[in-house]
Amino acid sequence: MTDLKKSGLQVYRWFESRLGLAGQVTEMAGHPTPVSAASWWYVFGSAAMVLLILQVMTGILLALVYSPSASNAWPSLQFINHNLALGWFLRAMHGWGSDFMIAIVLIHMAQVFLFGAYKFPRELTWIVGILLLLLTLGMAFTGQVLRFDQDAYWGLGIGASITGSIPFIGGPLVHLLLGGPIVGGATLSRFFTLHVFVIPGLLLGFVALHLLMVLKLGINEWPMPGRIVRKADYEKNYQALTKSTGVPFAPDAAWKDAVFAAVMMLSVMACAWFLGPIGPSGVPDPTIIQTAPKPDLPFLWIFAVLAYLPPELETAVLLIAPPLLIGGLLLLPLVAGEGEKHWSRRPVAILMVTLIAVTLGIFTRLGTYAPWSPQMDAWSSATVPAEFLAHRKPLERRGAIVFQEKQCRDCHALQGSGGQRGPALDTVATRMTEDQIIRQILQGGGNMPAYGKALSPAETKALTSFLMTLHGHQLPARDASLGTMPQNGTHPVVPAIAKPE
Amino acid sequence: MSQPANHQQLPEKQAMGPDKNIPQQWHGTEQEKLAARPSETTRRAFLFKLAVGFNGLVGLVMAVPIFGFLLGPVFKKRDDNHAWVGLGEVGSFPLGETRLATYINPVTGPSDGDTGKISCWVRHTEDDRFQVFAVNCAHLGCPVRWFAQSRLFLCPCHGGAYYEDGQRASGPPPRGLFEYQHRLTGGKLEIFAGEMPTLSNEACAGRKPLVQLETSAANEQGRPA
Repeated sequence: MTDLKKSGLQVYRWFESRLGLAGQVTEMAGHPTPVSAASWWYVFGSAAMVLLILQVMTGILLALVYSPSASNAWPSLQFINHNLALGWFLRAMHGWGSDFMIAIVLIHMAQVFLFGAYKFPRELTWIVGILLLLLTLGMAFTGQVLRFDQDAYWGLGIGASITGSIPFIGGPLVHLLLGGPIVGGATLSRFFTLHVFVIPGLLLGFVALHLLMVLKLGINEWPMPGRIVRKADYEKNYQALTKSTGVPFAPDAAWKDAVFAAVMMLSVMACAWFLGPIGPSGVPDPTIIQTAPKPDLPFLWIFAVLAYLPPELETAVLLIAPPLLIGGLLLLPLVAGEGEKHWSRRPVAILMVTLIAVTLGIFTRLGTYAPWSPQMDAWSSATVPAEFLAHRKPLERRGAIVFQEKQCRDCHALQGSGGQRGPALDTVATRMTEDQIIRQILQGGGNMPAYGKALSPAETKALTSFLMTLHGHQLPARDASLGTMPQNGTHPVVPAIAKPE
Repeated sequence: MSQPANHQQLPEKQAMGPDKNIPQQWHGTEQEKLAARPSETTRRAFLFKLAVGFNGLVGLVMAVPIFGFLLGPVFKKRDDNHAWVGLGEVGSFPLGETRLATYINPVTGPSDGDTGKISCWVRHTEDDRFQVFAVNCAHLGCPVRWFAQSRLFLCPCHGGAYYEDGQRASGPPPRGLFEYQHRLTGGKLEIFAGEMPTLSNEACAGRKPLVQLETSAANEQGRPA
């Protein structure tokens, strides 16, 4: 046993005398850190790195089988999912790992921001961190493309359309993005190159730089009101604090990092096991147009913003907002590199984080059910509620048929079923008079197309009389200037309807 | 640049010279010592700079093919991507109806698979009058669907709506549907296609300005051959 130990030690020494790594690693791991920084709040950065390693490992395994060609990518994913032992689990881990990584990176960023860690002398650490965030999002977007399904195909179309709206250079840029005139094999292989070679290379390089700076500059001390950062004396003060309250990073702080990282990996595995792999959805055949493309979770908020921006603002916002936002994040530590670190003395910081989190959350939530999109099959799948047909005249029932047949239901819900693009019409007759309804149908407006050409006068008449029955238990709206009171809650007496032309 | 480094080494050399513990063979030959004289360094520094410059020049030359390859798709001429492609017999598009047609993109690569197939909407308006719309929404390129009953194209992504003649009806699209240039050849409908239409690469190969569709102008383009 002692012989074995001795020869083991010999082997170790053989390597160590040539590499000299162990000494350096031990020194790095044991670097002193203020005891206040050995906190559960300081575990997110290392967890993000562990998740990155998980992504690299699962990614390499997937690349053993994945085929980055437009004709074979989708079948190869199906093959991984269904024909390879545990292939589905590997894909699931890679997919959920990506969501976890983005979440952890964002939490890490919010924590670092609220703790003022981006201030002097850690400005560059923050700037590299912003680049890491952008690269992580780049990995998520390119990864979503590699899952070459319908969503990926039309998602590329969305990317190309946004690029195409850039003035002057938009056209050539689209070709550069797609690798050709259309979304196809060349597009997929260049996103594969980005996802597998270019971005991971940059990501690992910048992570190393990020880490190196953490080691060189020390872990941010726990902020306290009154511990003010000044360029003149911060480093001296930090060293004094580390001298009086310092503990070695490993093991005093590192055990918390290790526990949290393990919990994160277990969570990724649990999500993968119980929720399964993400996609692929339909086959990427552009002639199959019965599809409602949607981006992955991290980009749903952009999808929602694009639905709500007015057309005339869209290009400007799309082209101006991202550089401003990213520029602002990059410049933050250079502009606010000194002063108070503690959140209680930085109310604007708290407001900003809250506002951004709530905004992203709301837009993401909206993106999950996309109320702005017509529900394409509602007209043929959602029936008119029976109570809207009971005790109605034949003309009104005929109007209900027109209502379904002309796809009104795709945008207008009745009793909660149907599209949400336009207002629900359960009580439309209490809000609009008959004339107003006719005008709205025939001429459209307020985001509704005009149906004048798609409806015959008879259809319009039937449809209107059906809609006028939708007033719940209230009286229907009437034009006060006409002066005729409705009788017994029935329809108001109005002059003859204008005949549509 | 290299001079300060050499100066730093000098004291070490002098210190190492008389060390009796180091074997004679490791003291360096007279020739080596002569070659390592600092007076020589200016020429080496010059040669180093020359070598760096030479490398830079070679790098510059090499950058031409590298960037040429990378930017290849950008410099491709528009007409190289486009061609007249057939959509089928005129008879397969009934008068007064709008139908989905499919063609193979004129430029496809070996690994394109199904993505080389492209759809478009064909509207037969009069005897020999047609309109051929790109399937891509003018907003963000999602595939619009035709609803014959309400005579509308609807987009599933953000709810863009277009009238039957391709004009914008409502929603976020900044313009009407993209329309392909088309012609009738021997009873067959052909369109000039080859590129995904976006606001800067319009389906009609730049022969029409960025305008809302004008039916009269569009119809004139569809003259029979």
